[in-house]
Amino acid sequence: MKLTGRRRHLYALAATLAVLGGSAATYRAMVLGFPITPGVTSSLWTVEARVRFERYTPGPAKAHLAIPGDLPGYGVLSENFISRGFGVSVNEEEGDRIALWAIRRTEGEQSLYYRLRLFRQANRSVAFPAPPFPPVPELEEPFSTAMDAIVADVRRRSADVETFTATLLQTIASASPNDNVRLFLGDESDPFAAARAAQTLLAGARIPARVLHVLPLPSEARQVEIQPWLAVHNGKRWLLFDPATGTRGLPKSTMIWSWSAKPLVQVSGGSRESIEFRVSPSVQDALSLAQQQAASHGSRLAQFSLLDLPLQTQQIYTIMMLIPIGALVIVLMRNVIGIRTFGTFLPVLVALAFRETQLLAGIVLFSALVAIGLGLRLYLERLHLLLVPRLAAVLTIVVLLMAALSVLSHRLGLETGLSIALFPMVILTMTIERMSVVWDERGPRDAIIDGLGSLFVAAIAYGVMGLPILKHVAFVFPELMLLVLAVILLLGSYTGYRLSELRRFRVLGKGSS
Amino acid sequence: MIFGSLRNRGVLGINCRNSELISTFNPRKLYPLVDDKLRTKKLAIDHGVPVPELYGSLSTIHDIHDFHTIIGDRQDFVVKPANGSGGDGILVFDGHRDGRFRLCTGLMVPWDDLSHHLANTLNGQYSLGGHPDRVMIEYRVRFDPVFDLVSYLGVPDIRVIVFRGYPVMAMVRLPTRASNGKANLHQGAVGVGIDLATGRTLRGVLDNEFVDEHPDTGTSFSGLDVPGWQAILMMAARCYELTGLGYLGVDIVLDAARGPLMLELNARPGLNIQIANSEGIMHRLREVQTFADSKLPAGERVQVSVDRFHSMADAAA
Repeated sequence: MKLTGRRRHLYALAATLAVLGGSAATYRAMVLGFPITPGVTSSLWTVEARVRFERYTPGPAKAHLAIPGDLPGYGVLSENFISRGFGVSVNEEEGDRIALWAIRRTEGEQSLYYRLRLFRQANRSVAFPAPPFPPVPELEEPFSTAMDAIVADVRRRSADVETFTATLLQTIASASPNDNVRLFLGDESDPFAAARAAQTLLAGARIPARVLHVLPLPSEARQVEIQPWLAVHNGKRWLLFDPATGTRGLPKSTMIWSWSAKPLVQVSGGSRESIEFRVSPSVQDALSLAQQQAASHGSRLAQFSLLDLPLQTQQIYTIMMLIPIGALVIVLMRNVIGIRTFGTFLPVLVALAFRETQLLAGIVLFSALVAIGLGLRLYLERLHLLLVPRLAAVLTIVVLLMAALSVLSHRLGLETGLSIALFPMVILTMTIERMSVVWDERGPRDAIIDGLGSLFVAAIAYGVMGLPILKHVAFVFPELMLLVLAVILLLGSYTGYRLSELRRFRVLGKGSS
Repeated sequence: MIFGSLRNRGVLGINCRNSELISTFNPRKLYPLVDDKLRTKKLAIDHGVPVPELYGSLSTIHDIHDFHTIIGDRQDFVVKPANGSGGDGILVFDGHRDGRFRLCTGLMVPWDDLSHHLANTLNGQYSLGGHPDRVMIEYRVRFDPVFDLVSYLGVPDIRVIVFRGYPVMAMVRLPTRASNGKANLHQGAVGVGIDLATGRTLRGVLDNEFVDEHPDTGTSFSGLDVPGWQAILMMAARCYELTGLGYLGVDIVLDAARGPLMLELNARPGLNIQIANSEGIMHRLREVQTFADSKLPAGERVQVSVDRFHSMADAAA
């Protein structure tokens, strides 16, 4: 039948909801780092850089420190600048961030601290801009000839930028470098010498390269040394190399401190400057980490989070957020499969109660309660009570039964019996009433079929709502409920057959004449 | 696709009925006209559709005292909730003496039990959502003997589906011992399709399976001619003007003296009629859709239906 207009409207609505919910969740998962799976912990490091220098005579002093800017693979939770009496400012210089401590008048040994808290994040690509091709350096002899020889030799043994760099670095790092290479290395005690030599030689082959400062992040607290690293641009992206071995990539627990080969610390008005790094790792729940990070982001989406609620309210919502999922199960069971239940959403509430009692005990307790209640209800029928008083009487009996079962099972040492109090008793009462009416009018068979149907659907809903991943996702990403809503709306327009109708109309389906 | 054969046979499923027929052709505001049988009865009388005579009605617990005045010295009467569904809460009496009432099954009901039943009904035990209800006391139909051999106690009734004013499918529902005298198919009554063109019965269906003989009486169902078939179709078709409901189930009983009487209307008629007719209803509904916009009077609509919708099962036989 022609309902395309209405249909189209519905599809558009469902698509909008799905996109809205999906993109909000994606944003929060990808950008704000809310964990998708439960129980995720993140490694968190506190990196402390301590800059020291001395000023022998009273007077002004300034200290520059290159600090991390773009941090591929890591997210910054907080950074602090600690000093006594210094003013601090942070500037951008040629893609580097520079912290500048300054003081008008000081004397003696000075200590400045920069403290950074960072955590590992789903890999983010390097955002450092692509450089222009460097000119071939104009060197004096014998450097020029040596460079030409090395470049020609390495080029012969490589195919592209990546292999050229690797081969070059291996040549430089080899235990017995030839004289050409040794000429470029100069002072071998400087760990940056090899990297700088490689940068110069790469420029000879017109390959853009940068020498980086990287810092390893160890798994236990200790002092670490800054290390050189080599970044080479192959025309498309940056490739990172260990200048000491020529291996490609950056070890997993290593952060890029600075994209510049310049010394990290520069002091004017002081001398004997030095820097040391201390790293201490800690482990934190990914969820609270994401929250802290989102708070520091100032993100609106993070501020409106269930995680901001008081703890007690949060616990209520961890359960409430499962109800739409249970409702979706009901929709599937009733409209697509065609299982009959008592009351539309009774099974969801029963399933919630099962969460406390566990499934088997829950089914036994529920059946026992309904059976006893039903027996008493059928007895009450003979007393000719009016409808509402009769319902009230059944409700009272249900409460008493629950109390009795709890006491009894406690005596017997069965703790699950105590959680019976979680069954929604008004719902139970209505179930008993509905069931007894069906029992009276349609016979025990129908009443029991409907009752079993309800229990079955409750068990399925319990199973689905108990999935840890769903529990977690529903609570951390409540916007995904929009997705559930979209699915429910779509199912609302499902006009196909129910599975149960396959059985019901089987005589019609047989042998289509 | 697993549902392919059902789709090919034009079987209407419950999801499709709810979303494409009921919500499209049956505006919600018209429901009270059929849910409240007292209103239906008044409408029918206004439109000249014959119905069982209403002796009186009860609206409050206090009215229960009037029960005796209403029945007077009538021996036969039916008590039913005005908002009941599926035949629930209906009691059929064929006599009373000394404050004891005899049900048509022979069971004697003391006044105490009967007044409790009346109070329960008024309190909404049988109405949808438990809303306060009213009780109707009306004429007890004396069934035309045509179905005597193929029914066990209870009320054999004829159900006609009327789509946008056109009768599209019909069946007769025959109570059995298992259905406790009720004419509800899923409680064990037998459904027997009726050829719309001839008014002749087809095969029977019990519990979703074909049966040819009544399980209690052993008599064959097929080939019975329903008396006054044209009148029945006319009544059914006119119920469309009565209510404005586009997808309507009309329940009709055959009274030996007064002929067909409209018992009640249903805005959400069931799907079992398809099984009783061994035919899906969708093809007929689609056919009606092609010409339903030309507003014909009831008589011409019946003629169109009779011309088009003769049973495939009958033609094959």
